[in-house]
Amino acid sequence: MIGQVPDAKGRYGDFGGRFVPETLMNALIELEQSYLKYSADEAFNAELNDLLKQYSGRETPLYYAKRLTEHFGGAKIYLKREDLNHTGAHKINNALGQGLLAVRMGKKKVIAETGAGQHGVATATVAALLGLECKVFMGEEDMQRQQLNVFRMKLLGAEVVPVLSGTKTLKDAGNEALRYWVSNVQDTFYILGSAVGPHPYPLMVRNFQRVIGDETRRQILETEGRLPDTIVAAVGGGSNAIGMFYPFVRDGNVRFVGVEAAGKGIDTPLHAATMTLGTKGVFQGSMSYLLQDEYGQVQPAHSISAGLDYPGVGPEHSYLKDTGRAEYVPITDEEALDALKLLCRTEGIIPALESAHALAQAGKIAPELGEDKLLVVCLSGRGDKDVESIMAYENKGGDAQ
Amino acid sequence: MNMQPNPTRRTALNPASESGLSSGAAEEAVFADTAAAFPRPNAIEETFRRLGERRGTALIPFLTVGDPDIETTLEIIERLEEAGADVLELGVPYSDPLADGPVIQRASARALQQLITVRTCLDVARQARERGVKMPFVLFTYYNPVLQMELDAFFEEASGHGISGLIIPDLPHEEAEEMLERADRANIALIPLVAPTSSERIDKILRNGRGFVYCVSSLGVTGERASFHEGVDDFIREVKSRTQLPVAVGFGISGREQVLRFSGLCDGVVVGSAIVRTIETLIPELMNADKREDALLQIREFVAELKV
Repeated sequence: MIGQVPDAKGRYGDFGGRFVPETLMNALIELEQSYLKYSADEAFNAELNDLLKQYSGRETPLYYAKRLTEHFGGAKIYLKREDLNHTGAHKINNALGQGLLAVRMGKKKVIAETGAGQHGVATATVAALLGLECKVFMGEEDMQRQQLNVFRMKLLGAEVVPVLSGTKTLKDAGNEALRYWVSNVQDTFYILGSAVGPHPYPLMVRNFQRVIGDETRRQILETEGRLPDTIVAAVGGGSNAIGMFYPFVRDGNVRFVGVEAAGKGIDTPLHAATMTLGTKGVFQGSMSYLLQDEYGQVQPAHSISAGLDYPGVGPEHSYLKDTGRAEYVPITDEEALDALKLLCRTEGIIPALESAHALAQAGKIAPELGEDKLLVVCLSGRGDKDVESIMAYENKGGDAQ
Repeated sequence: MNMQPNPTRRTALNPASESGLSSGAAEEAVFADTAAAFPRPNAIEETFRRLGERRGTALIPFLTVGDPDIETTLEIIERLEEAGADVLELGVPYSDPLADGPVIQRASARALQQLITVRTCLDVARQARERGVKMPFVLFTYYNPVLQMELDAFFEEASGHGISGLIIPDLPHEEAEEMLERADRANIALIPLVAPTSSERIDKILRNGRGFVYCVSSLGVTGERASFHEGVDDFIREVKSRTQLPVAVGFGISGREQVLRFSGLCDGVVVGSAIVRTIETLIPELMNADKREDALLQIREFVAELKV
């Protein structure tokens, strides 16, 4: 059912590829060659693994959420605690990998796009650690909703470049980062934060994030002696989800559920439900599902979670959807907020709004499964960054943004 | 250049495409001789041939269709031809113009407010022809709007509406196979872009080239700039030496001095952002019935100044 993807052209079935201006093509080819070389290099991998362990604090726990399990009454729920990583989210896994690659390639400057600010913070952190100059492109609207992360990036010595074009959110931050890269391609490494963009980014990001799934696999086998029945993860661009799913892709009995943002509801225009409502199109360098109008203009997305507020999705997710290997479901702002509060009260963990979408879906699935079933939720990040925007949302009676 | 029909090429192309073969050998046969590639003369190549006979440099202005509205675009097109434009790039507005700087981004956003689509742009080409505009049109569009229109419909309407060339800035040659074949069948030149970073890719890109070669003058997005990529002259000379197609330079050319600087090196110059910015500055006048004619004249004079 699932072939070896991507192929040599970076294709995942109909999806993926490399749709960028000619100026970037050689840079992408060079990046692909360097990545392939170093991903097979023992010293590179030893250095990365050492940083993941000593610097980021891996491996992260696979935590049995007993009280949450009891609350839902059904499958046994495990949380993969990516929120316990240094910088508070899974983004550091990829930023460390790409940062080390930048150093190996002799680049002294790195750039990144960010939505919620988690990838920006991770990149700023890695840049500080490795002595690289760092610019982070961030939509002005996201800078408003994630002021704490903006300040963190500045503390870490990065320059935060406000993006005023288009919808002033993650998609435009990505456009601006690509435009900057076109102009500075000779000395700058673009640390792309999700499993999107032109080949080799979706491949590279997946492989730097697969540590999530690799650890989970080992941990659940140790604890339960068997593989989970269902894995749930939030999908914006889809890097935590693909990193979690990929090591299980050939385990046909493990069901994958990707959770995307339904915003105010998929029957309203204010959503980011790319898989549920999108169509195939080319966006930011690859072919994938996309929120667009019938004329091919990209439509603005909406979600309370800045990290899911994106009209595209990684090409490998589109492939997993079309092959039927994974299913993708929408969760609204309200449902995510309820799930966030529930986890705070039952487990004493404040999850990121992004991860709360996965938790909300887990709450729907768990009761349908028997108590003998195992459900793993990727808790991709912690929620400290969201506290302010949740307060604003509550104060305005649900009409924040 | 040999613009005669080439029966050998037709027989080389058709069996391969009809049987669904796309082997390297068939491809080699199809693209072996770029200069003699077209079974019918293409208007862009004709224009360059005529200019070449008198050693002229083609002036290729760009505008965003529907900025500020369709009627104004049509009137500007007429003025551009009067001003000496040889080929016109019709820009299709797009929500996420990755290869464009702020000036064309703003023009795109204005045009999108007018609900301009690929079809609207093709229709503008048709209307311009009805008004007597003769210069060849090149449609400049990102890939996704064309993809969503569906390629069959797109090529049928494009060739029926007088489009001779196509520039798709986010479609590198590796992804362009199907587009190229269809463009070729519709006698529309899929114009290749080469960048200062293309290096060893140049030959592969040029092998499939039609119409003219678009040399990107500098690293970066579209927009006016004071300086060009270091070694741009050598880059243009290198491209010239590797192709029989006419070579045009674009990205950042904004004034007569820069046009003159490049005219000795290449066969054409593309001027985009500088014209779009001129239009942008004049929008209040263009929207005012008393001042409109004067504004159109100013645009015409700005472009006439670029003709060398």
